[in-house]
Amino acid sequence: MGLLSRKATCNTHGQDSSYFLGWQEYKKNPYNEVNNPNGIIQMGLAENQLCLDLLEPWLMKNPDALGLKRDGISIFKELALFQDYNGFPAFKRALVDFMGEIRGNKVSFDPNHVVLTAGATSANETLMFCLADQGDAFLLPTPYYPGFDRDLRWRTGVEIVPIHCTSSNGFKVTLPAIEQAHRQAQKRKLRVKGVLITNPSNPLGTTMARDELDLLINFIEDKQIHLISDEIYAGTVFTSPSFVSVMEVLKDRNLDQTQVWERVHIVYSLSKDLGLPGFRVGAIYSNDPVVVSAAIKMSSFGLVSSQTQYLLSAMLFDKKFTKEYMSENHKRLQKQQKDLVSGLEKAGIRCLDSNAGLFCWVDMRHLLKSNTFEAEMELWQKIVYHVKINISPGSSCHCIEPGWFRVCFANMLESTLKLAIQRLKSFVSSIAMKSQSHQELKSLRRKARNNWVSRLSLQSFYDREQDTTTEVSFSYRPHFMSLSNIAATLDAAA
Amino acid sequence: MGLLSRKVTCNSHGQDSSYFLGWQEYEKNPYDEVKNPKGIIQMGLAENQLCFDLLESWLAKNPDAVSFKREEQSIFKELALFQDYHGLPAFKKALVDFMAEIRGNKVSFDTDYLVLTAGATSANETLMFCLAEKGDAILLPTPYYPGFDRDLKWRTGVEIVSIQCSSSNGFQITESALEAAYQEAQRKNLRVKGVLVTNPSNPLGTTMSRNELDLLVNFVTDKEIHLISDEIYSGTVFSSPAFVSIMEVLKDRKLENTQVWERVHVVYSLSKDLGLPGFRVGAIYSNDPIVVAAATKMSSFGLVSSQTQYLLSAMLSDKKFTKEYISKNHKRLQKRQNKLVSGLEKAGISCLESNAGLFCWVDMRHLLSSNTFEAEMELWKRIVYDVKLNISPGSSCHCTEPGWFRVCFANMSEDTLKLAMQRLKSFVSSITIDNQTHQDLKNMRKKNRTKWVFRLSFQSFHDREQGER
Repeated sequence: MGLLSRKATCNTHGQDSSYFLGWQEYKKNPYNEVNNPNGIIQMGLAENQLCLDLLEPWLMKNPDALGLKRDGISIFKELALFQDYNGFPAFKRALVDFMGEIRGNKVSFDPNHVVLTAGATSANETLMFCLADQGDAFLLPTPYYPGFDRDLRWRTGVEIVPIHCTSSNGFKVTLPAIEQAHRQAQKRKLRVKGVLITNPSNPLGTTMARDELDLLINFIEDKQIHLISDEIYAGTVFTSPSFVSVMEVLKDRNLDQTQVWERVHIVYSLSKDLGLPGFRVGAIYSNDPVVVSAAIKMSSFGLVSSQTQYLLSAMLFDKKFTKEYMSENHKRLQKQQKDLVSGLEKAGIRCLDSNAGLFCWVDMRHLLKSNTFEAEMELWQKIVYHVKINISPGSSCHCIEPGWFRVCFANMLESTLKLAIQRLKSFVSSIAMKSQSHQELKSLRRKARNNWVSRLSLQSFYDREQDTTTEVSFSYRPHFMSLSNIAATLDAAA
Repeated sequence: MGLLSRKVTCNSHGQDSSYFLGWQEYEKNPYDEVKNPKGIIQMGLAENQLCFDLLESWLAKNPDAVSFKREEQSIFKELALFQDYHGLPAFKKALVDFMAEIRGNKVSFDTDYLVLTAGATSANETLMFCLAEKGDAILLPTPYYPGFDRDLKWRTGVEIVSIQCSSSNGFQITESALEAAYQEAQRKNLRVKGVLVTNPSNPLGTTMSRNELDLLVNFVTDKEIHLISDEIYSGTVFSSPAFVSIMEVLKDRKLENTQVWERVHVVYSLSKDLGLPGFRVGAIYSNDPIVVAAATKMSSFGLVSSQTQYLLSAMLSDKKFTKEYISKNHKRLQKRQNKLVSGLEKAGISCLESNAGLFCWVDMRHLLSSNTFEAEMELWKRIVYDVKLNISPGSSCHCTEPGWFRVCFANMSEDTLKLAMQRLKSFVSSITIDNQTHQDLKNMRKKNRTKWVFRLSFQSFHDREQGER
């Protein structure tokens, strides 16, 4: 008899994926400007570190919020005892206002439909437990956040069936793709309970278009299934098009009070917008009171610390502060994203056009040896171990096209971003040179196999190459290698 | 097709039980000394409210702990970003030291085997996910904490089979009860994965004897199953016998590095000892590195807020404070428990002798109109609605004998406790009179059926009764 559960001994936690392995490598050799300038720069972690300096002064000006006081009087006892899974009322009120504000107040939320959870990780798993049974499936557009493999499937037994999106249309969700996924699920004899989207998208960094949202609503209406919209990045939309929540679309289409209304659920968290992942603040918002009621009971397994609820209720109530914060947050995200995009451009690397998130979806297909995931892994390993940058390979996000990588930009200083870009640029150049030399070497070898008449050409070719090589060596002096050396290196690498 | 999951539409969350219903009644009409002196007094909630003054004065002397500072330097950013499921090292260190202190330093714990969770609720469920499959069973001695029906079974699909304990031996676990439970599980075609005990016990308020612990170790060794010891009340042991943790027994029997060592897991929390249920601080301690690894990953679903980890790492690292706190906590709990016990005695009600916990296991069998659970429910309703005390009926704790109730004492002021005792006393007196009258009435009716010769006796009997009233 297996002593432990299958869950404990299996691999469904997904944490052997490269997403987590890169993280581990980083931890062994983390970059530090002073202590470890040759270390690995972490660009695989979607954290928002750009505005923590705005939060600190607020904390200093509001000591009561931290000191567990209200109007100077200690409320420690009240908070210490507060474990009501209905949540701290003042906090839920402040949170729904903040969520409304992020959506330009085009939609409003009712605190009675909010369920607080210890982070979005907990919220997503809880929704699975509420909406699906073991062996049911949810459809997710690819590429998607690697953590979903664990959060949605591990302990719930729910399956994920991918809705494959491609670069041909900027990875947008299409009707044929959704239907294909649905058919695939049926072929696998899985009952589809719903669709889960992340909007704005991780890892794409784009907001969903209104027509994509319409498509999804039509689809779930037709199939009578659920739609979960993980809007954890809603506050990171730094440029147009502006964020359109699925709630806004439902409202605009006058679908409140219809059946589909109760099948749409939102997940939110303060980990990305406010940069507070350590505080474990997430939420489920559902229009279905039965779901709300069940999710509230389930939240017992992951309640938000009352100490934290109190601090954040005070912070989010300060509307002057939240307005300022969101505005500055957008500005800084936009600037840092621009720095990354232009830096990559200089290295001859393009990104998917993005307007949100803490990362870019980077196109390195042209750097692959072959259009395969093996080549993607090879490239990724070079980038992690030689270039010393941890980024996330598209395969870990279940992308069906090799060569795409998620590169985070909001978790570092401008100077670190610059350095990362420099390293990448050098790397790309060296690949280009190697490719060129490789190409030339291939030509050389081909010619050498011809008869002696060609030998003269080879000689002249070789002479020419040396000249070229010499020219090249002046511009890229550190990378100068004789042809024979290059050949040896390529042979070794083959 | 069912739109929602079976988990949602079924009843396994167990929250329709009387345990929770009494709570709801209280919330509709809560006692307040000033505003609502006739309201329901909450004696169904196992909270420790006796030592907040100690915590508050510590906070006042240690403002850095709440203001994200370490030696006057801001560590806000570090904490805001800290979501490592391995936990804040300083906090884990302070916590294992505290756990050892509670056990008289007779055992020590290694931070590498500790997993932090959002409360013991999360810890217990996580252990179920790690140790059992859907459809497996865990054996629990009755009576047990009603919340287990939700925490251990709801989302995991694991079943609970009772190890029936009775008042004949103070509700202690016996070998025959263990065997009977195991066989019951097999009869139901359930694979038993382990035993879960709460030590000190909720709702009994007693610590397990070494004999019981030995029995359990032998049983799980023999059956090659797990033992989970929920020691959430370990810091509330206010009088002898001293607390003996399962870890101590394993150590004393030199069972470390044997197979059973890796099958014993401890659950802990700061909700009862420190009275901080709102902060959601729980832990799993396991000697099996695979369980630790899996549970650590699962803790992603219920991590402890870094803000809270930092506050408590500072507090628990203050060994002078923890020593004082533990000592005063014990004294105050003991005093309060004594008050409850003697108050009940005056009302002619006895309790199971207890040395721990935040409640007493109260014997009201003599107040039942019949030795049935219907009668227990009837009595309970009267106590909630008429006497206006919310207490927990034994049936909600799966007790097999009707008439036992869990009554909490640590979540109210001394005055409120006094008032509750008064109300109970009046109630018991009125029942006694009622019972006596009821008894007399029964006798009367019996006699009436006999011949007219006895009518004279009856008349004189009746006169006597009226005189006594």
